[in-house]
Amino acid sequence: MRITQGTFSYLPDLTDGEIAAQVGYAIEQGWAVAVEFTDDPHPRNVLWEMWGLPMFGIADPAAAMHEVTQCRATYPDHYIRVTAYDARLGRQTTALSFIVNRPASEPGFRLDRQETGDRRIRYSLHPYAADQPPGQRYGRSSGDLPNGSRGSS
Amino acid sequence: MSPASDPAPQGFAMPRPGGQPPAGAEPTAGGEPAGGAPVAGQPAPLPPDAKVDLAAQEQAQRISALLDRLDAEFVGLAPVKDRVREIAALLLVDRLRGQFGLTSSRPSLHMCFTGSPGTGKTTVATHMGELLRELGYLRKGQLVSVTRDDLVGQYVGHTAPKTKEVLKRAMGGVLLIDEAYYLYRPENERDYGQESIEILLQIMEAHREDLVVILAGYADRMDTFFRSNPGMASRIAHHIDFPDFSLAELLQIADLMLEREQYRLSPAAREAFAEYVALRMRQPRFANARSIRNAIDRLRLRQARRLVTGGGLIARGDLMEISAEDVRASRVFAAGQGEPDTA
Repeated sequence: MRITQGTFSYLPDLTDGEIAAQVGYAIEQGWAVAVEFTDDPHPRNVLWEMWGLPMFGIADPAAAMHEVTQCRATYPDHYIRVTAYDARLGRQTTALSFIVNRPASEPGFRLDRQETGDRRIRYSLHPYAADQPPGQRYGRSSGDLPNGSRGSS
Repeated sequence: MSPASDPAPQGFAMPRPGGQPPAGAEPTAGGEPAGGAPVAGQPAPLPPDAKVDLAAQEQAQRISALLDRLDAEFVGLAPVKDRVREIAALLLVDRLRGQFGLTSSRPSLHMCFTGSPGTGKTTVATHMGELLRELGYLRKGQLVSVTRDDLVGQYVGHTAPKTKEVLKRAMGGVLLIDEAYYLYRPENERDYGQESIEILLQIMEAHREDLVVILAGYADRMDTFFRSNPGMASRIAHHIDFPDFSLAELLQIADLMLEREQYRLSPAAREAFAEYVALRMRQPRFANARSIRNAIDRLRLRQARRLVTGGGLIARGDLMEISAEDVRASRVFAAGQGEPDTA
């Protein structure tokens, strides 16, 4: 099941040229671009791990594309997104966020039904990928990664 | 949802603007359906026997206007102008080659400026970004000017992020590393400068088309720096030596400076100033254009003192004119026999 989070997620995956163009737009607006990654696709998982620091003061999308490429090389089977933060007073929020990398196969979610008191039923969403420990989801263990270890960004 | 007249939507995928409706194809494997057509603005290659009129090229005209401006703004500096002219010509030829469907890779434009103090290394470097952007080599052309302390960290693990941060800010433009030889301190083997140099080399190689690195510094120390970092020397394609200015060039520079400050020399003062520069050139610690700028600053001081002590009515012309006595008061003239003037 294709995860749809953030902007452009109903479109086909963006090409690198299109990503660079979007980043260029964000830079023009004065937003700080950052790269984040995760392997927990749950929709309520909003705080992804940061790949380096947000890039304040860059002038050209090439800098952000460099980080995206590096992050993809290290975590080829993770979700990677680019966020743009608008630091203006009164806004101070993420202005743009879109996925730039996703695992080859996305198994999707299961609906867990839990019976509680008075025959009430609660539902929760469970990503199949989350059955595996972090770093070993999406068919590839962290031992296969080029740098051998995880979490050193 | 969309009106019924639209092409049948593929699941939730939205049609791309400009893209033809994917005819029954699966939405993910599309790759670049719209990109399959020839790139917009890039017509089919010319036939091999076609001829292109160089003078009619709009870019050629822009470049020649740019080079004219360069000639007007900078006095002397023939090697620099030659190199810029070559780069401009290469970029133009590359574009023509592209029209014929020939391959053209982007040249590496990392540079090293060496020369005596005050020969305009930093000044030229600050203009280089703008110049290369107008030539169509760089996308943004911003200048990020750094020295050792902007690149090298203070503790273990601090240097790499710091250097990368600076390099990212400079992408799309020019990174000017002034006095680059301070990056490498051979006397301290634990110095973090080496780490910074390694990252610099890596990015200079991998992002040749995104970034132009310019190292500037004095020739002799730069030589030592390159001898201990051979990788750096070979990755820099353009080593440009800035020659010392001649007397005539220095006077021309002085004229430009005075004009910018809205001053003028009286005819007698001009003569005296030429004598002054000739004397000053023979003295130690002469720093070319920088010495001229300092001399002009001192002329302004003396002119101001003369006007204030003189009192009376002062016209606009008096405020602008520097007289011969202002120039002759310099210690350089007295020092013909005695102590040399400073700076």
